[in-house]
Amino acid sequence: MTTDAPPAARPRSNPRGERAGQHGPVLWMALPALAVFLCFAVLPLIGVFALSFTRWDGLGPIHLAGIGNWRSVFSDSDLLHSLWVTFEVMLYSWLVQTPISILLGVFMASQHRYRAVLAVFYFIPLLLSAAAIAVTFKALLDPNFGLGPGLHSSLLTQNWLGEPALAMGVIIFIVSWQFIPFHSLIYQGAVRQIPQALYEAAALDGAGRMRTFLSITLPQLKYTIITSSTLMVVGSLTFFDLIFVLTAGGPGDSTRVLALDMYRRGFGANQMGPASVIAVILVIVGLAIALGLRRLGGDADESQLEGI
Amino acid sequence: MTALLDPTVDEPTRQASLASKPAGHGWSGPNWLAGLAGWFWLAVVLVPLYWIVITSFKAQSDYYQQNAFAPSSNPTLDNYRLVLQNDFLHYFVNSVVVAVGTTVPTILLALMAGFAIVRGARSRLLKRIHSLFLLGLAIPLQAAIIPIYLVIIKLGLYDSLAAIAIPSIAFAIPLAVLVLTNFLRDVPRDLFESMRLDGANEWTMLWRLAFPLTRPALVTVAVYTGVTVWNGFLLPLILTQSPDRRTMPLAVWSFQGQFQVNVPAVLASVVLSTVPILALYTIGRRQLVSGLSEGFGK
Repeated sequence: MTTDAPPAARPRSNPRGERAGQHGPVLWMALPALAVFLCFAVLPLIGVFALSFTRWDGLGPIHLAGIGNWRSVFSDSDLLHSLWVTFEVMLYSWLVQTPISILLGVFMASQHRYRAVLAVFYFIPLLLSAAAIAVTFKALLDPNFGLGPGLHSSLLTQNWLGEPALAMGVIIFIVSWQFIPFHSLIYQGAVRQIPQALYEAAALDGAGRMRTFLSITLPQLKYTIITSSTLMVVGSLTFFDLIFVLTAGGPGDSTRVLALDMYRRGFGANQMGPASVIAVILVIVGLAIALGLRRLGGDADESQLEGI
Repeated sequence: MTALLDPTVDEPTRQASLASKPAGHGWSGPNWLAGLAGWFWLAVVLVPLYWIVITSFKAQSDYYQQNAFAPSSNPTLDNYRLVLQNDFLHYFVNSVVVAVGTTVPTILLALMAGFAIVRGARSRLLKRIHSLFLLGLAIPLQAAIIPIYLVIIKLGLYDSLAAIAIPSIAFAIPLAVLVLTNFLRDVPRDLFESMRLDGANEWTMLWRLAFPLTRPALVTVAVYTGVTVWNGFLLPLILTQSPDRRTMPLAVWSFQGQFQVNVPAVLASVVLSTVPILALYTIGRRQLVSGLSEGFGK
């Protein structure tokens, strides 16, 4: 972190400074950031589309391959399987995280005394790397050396990562463990911005807690729910490190999401062409979901997007 | 604010307060369900963390015999020693180099870009550039990794720390520009105007005015970028190869393969890899939490 301006920042008196207030002279300041961003983020995104029409083993020369990769990927049942697993992870993690996050957000918003304390601890899981989390839970859930045998509990002594359904459950749990706190912080910020007068009107009308929650809090949180869901759903497309370290897609291929399928084809089997096809699908699915959720929010969500 | 402390105060006085839940007519005491959930979840968050820390101080033989949730009766630093003997410091330095090498350029480039976008608000080109950065928020790193790999190979940077830092900067820039632009917009135009009348050029304004004024936002961006890069797994995995270039997450992962059933040692590496982040978080926490939760919750 730099706290001091570099030497170049010395003030200089500039006789032509009066004209410098126009927008012309500032344009160049945006160029360095733009250059890095274009070369290493935008061009690769376009490049992956181009690479999906080529044959490349990751080392040698790149050959054009037409639509061969697309044909082979789509004729292969692996794609459908990873799409399905990706969808499952997305759906379950959304279903688990959203209600709990809203509940916790509402709670935190009403706790003036404890909010600060809770926020400190709630944030910690976000700070750990996915690799560290995966390594920890792998040890914690080990059927021979983990928590179950440690507590002599047969209920906890399961082959957690060896059974497809259990492995999926473990992934959803870890994702929730890591991200629910973050989303509940988003919700508590939003709950605190709900106009007080609405609650007073509801109280005057004799509405109970449940009724107030359902007819005031929840509708007022609409845009926040869309924002948070977009982050959750699009984010779940990119769970790579966690699953890679935890199960590597296993047992079998039961937790092999799209991102892992891409890695396996590209950097495991040295077939960058088909891997690029998967990458393009990843982008399209992500965009489709983000746009779909945005449409749910109606036209009035411009300000919402600015907040992101 | 006294209204907050006095439960008997009438409705009108409460209107100005920030309390989101008035103890009005329809309410029956505190919200037990939500309260229970809040503290329950705190336990869910803390229990694994507690387990990591206490286990990392256990001898391997004790780990199998003692109660998993009781702190060790004879704590040991052997696990930490073992991790440090296995080149941990080397990997640690790699991570510091990559994190600093990403964060500093990111905030400098993003501050310049954000300044240009706010100062040149009337320029159509700058508006386009701004929207392009916003779209960049939606680019998933995984989807771009194969071409990044290709570019890094062509540049001859494969298996170097720069190979990790440069794409990290590119992917950190959109959020950094967004946060800094929003922040710079709130700087009163008069400040820029009076500086300009004093003969300052844009470059001077950037460093003498925008830079000090945006310091809180810069801390937010720096902490966020630093944490993201420190924890990054995909770029080091794909773009480096030799153990010499390992960063923290890769090191933790390889320790697990290396130490196998020596769980306490693996967990010691988890603790050591997280401590710097916790330190950073303690420094920038206030700004990070409020910046992120309020920014998203609008």
